[in-house]
Amino acid sequence: MALTQAVRDKLDLPDLVTGGKSTKDVTDDILQPTEAFPTSLWWKAFVIAATITVIDICVIGYLFYEGLYILGINNPVSWGFFVVNFVFWIGIGHAGTLISAVLYLFRQQWRTGINRAAEAMTIFAVIVAASNLILHVGRPWLGFWLFPYPNERGPLWVNFRSPLIWDTFAVSTYLSISLVFWYLGLIPDLAALRDRATNPIRRQIYDVLSFGWVGSAKAWSHMEITAMILAALSTPLVLSVHTIVSFDFAVSILPGWHTTIFPPYFVAGAIFSGFAMVVTLMVIAREVFNLKNYITIKHLENMNKIILVTGMIVGLAYATEFFIAWYSGNEYEGFAFINRMMGPYWWAYWIMVSCNVISPQFFWFKKMRTSIPVMFVLSIFVNIGMWFERFVIMMTLHRDFLPSSWDMYSPTIFDYAMLVGTFGIFFTLFLLWCRIMPVIAVAEVKTVMPAQPGGHH
Amino acid sequence: MYWFKKEQFHKYEEMTSGVLGVFDNESSIMDAAKKTKDKNYDGFDCLLPYPIHGIDEVMGTARSGLPWITFFMGIVGCLMGFGFQYLTHAHDWPLNIGGKALNAWFAYIPITFEMTVFCAGIYTFAAFCYLAGIPRLNRKVLHPDLTSHKFGLWIPASAHGFKQDEVVSFVKSLGATQVEVVKEN
Repeated sequence: MALTQAVRDKLDLPDLVTGGKSTKDVTDDILQPTEAFPTSLWWKAFVIAATITVIDICVIGYLFYEGLYILGINNPVSWGFFVVNFVFWIGIGHAGTLISAVLYLFRQQWRTGINRAAEAMTIFAVIVAASNLILHVGRPWLGFWLFPYPNERGPLWVNFRSPLIWDTFAVSTYLSISLVFWYLGLIPDLAALRDRATNPIRRQIYDVLSFGWVGSAKAWSHMEITAMILAALSTPLVLSVHTIVSFDFAVSILPGWHTTIFPPYFVAGAIFSGFAMVVTLMVIAREVFNLKNYITIKHLENMNKIILVTGMIVGLAYATEFFIAWYSGNEYEGFAFINRMMGPYWWAYWIMVSCNVISPQFFWFKKMRTSIPVMFVLSIFVNIGMWFERFVIMMTLHRDFLPSSWDMYSPTIFDYAMLVGTFGIFFTLFLLWCRIMPVIAVAEVKTVMPAQPGGHH
Repeated sequence: MYWFKKEQFHKYEEMTSGVLGVFDNESSIMDAAKKTKDKNYDGFDCLLPYPIHGIDEVMGTARSGLPWITFFMGIVGCLMGFGFQYLTHAHDWPLNIGGKALNAWFAYIPITFEMTVFCAGIYTFAAFCYLAGIPRLNRKVLHPDLTSHKFGLWIPASAHGFKQDEVVSFVKSLGATQVEVVKEN
């Protein structure tokens, strides 16, 4: 499985862990941030994120009390920021699974430095996405009606022929499998934290969290197979989730939505935005936790290459959509696309194109894709662009079949508050997680380390 | 016929009494595992901070049988997912929604797929937990460095031909930097 050092030298592959670290150094370096008092930088970030989260929770409470009318949604634009946020965040989550599962199956060893944080990003992004899904149903306290359970109303079952129910199943399966996959990898690292703990209470907590793992070779042999199976299951799962999300649109009979290109286009967009988010988070994490020897420029450069490729796939999808709208000869389809580009929401369309298609082109140059400031700025641009992509798709609704019912969507302050709030919740969860669990898969990194003196490689 | 074998579901055995040897690097634990295997101490195990490629072959551990669990539970999930949709929609409470066919089976495929993946994944993890002997609280930690950078060799007192003094000197001869006799308290 692992390439030997001789092969790595021949291929001129860079070391995935730099700085001549030993396995003990790896344990110490990665676990140390969870044992020390948080730095002032962490506190600043946490206070900001937590404040936004608290405000968001208040706004959500107000929404529960007042109802959906406080938002900008209307008829015909009945899906607003909530659905945009839902698609955006679930897309962010996909890169985590891609890094942990798809790159695992392709034996891309460089993933070990970043997979743990990317998987955590998946979990938190899916939680944020699912909360948006529940909030937009109107009576969120009845959100459990989305699941089929024996009830006193017949039992009246959910409509399994509706893509919205497919979504419920896809998102909850995705969350469960991602959670299990993520936690499986965490078990040995949490056991390492337990064994290092000096404080008995801390030790007890990590004993519970690590499930009492001791690292028996027999258990490892089962664990490796389980990880492989979960990776193999996650790969079609991640593709199915965004495919099903795109069905929410594609199955409806609306010009601009009713297209077969939606599933691959959504999946590519999801990977694109997710990788951008991973780059943003990794650039920050390696600074804050001093992990430059583990999250190297090579890792970041590889991710930037993927951003470049998926960015061009997304660009191609935009062009294809336009071409097909014209080539189909359907005037409603044609109008929907011309209206997207030059209608009242032209600015959103052009933000989308410049952020998603033009900005990643800088990554053609090695200087650009290995420069930390450049990639940080570009990754944020990509995320802005991908949020606007979903906004542009949603705004197809403002011109429906009947010109008399045409209307514009203008988000209210509450829409904006809850948009910012999604970032607040995400970063609060992420920052808290960084404090209690290792941000890098310690055991996995040890398997790809450069040869040790007296080692077995 | 290609079918699973019992030894593929080898279970973690609790390390309550026996002898533990601590080794400093991968090559010495591999060597130690090989020699212990040759010595026929059955039920011996290694404690590793990370999986070492090739140690299963040396220890004679059979390849994990978990993929069989995945396969069978995947089938169960698939049938359950499809069957539930069919029974509720076409039998229990048929509702005409937008003139769609009651048994519109192609519309059931996404949920059938999700249920397949869900059951296969969750039950594989559950089976893994059972075979790895987790979760279990307050398990005795034999040596704190075994989850970080050292490697352990465990020979249980129940092993065939176990004689404490003999085993201790054997483990020492393998190059263990530390040898401990663990007894049930």
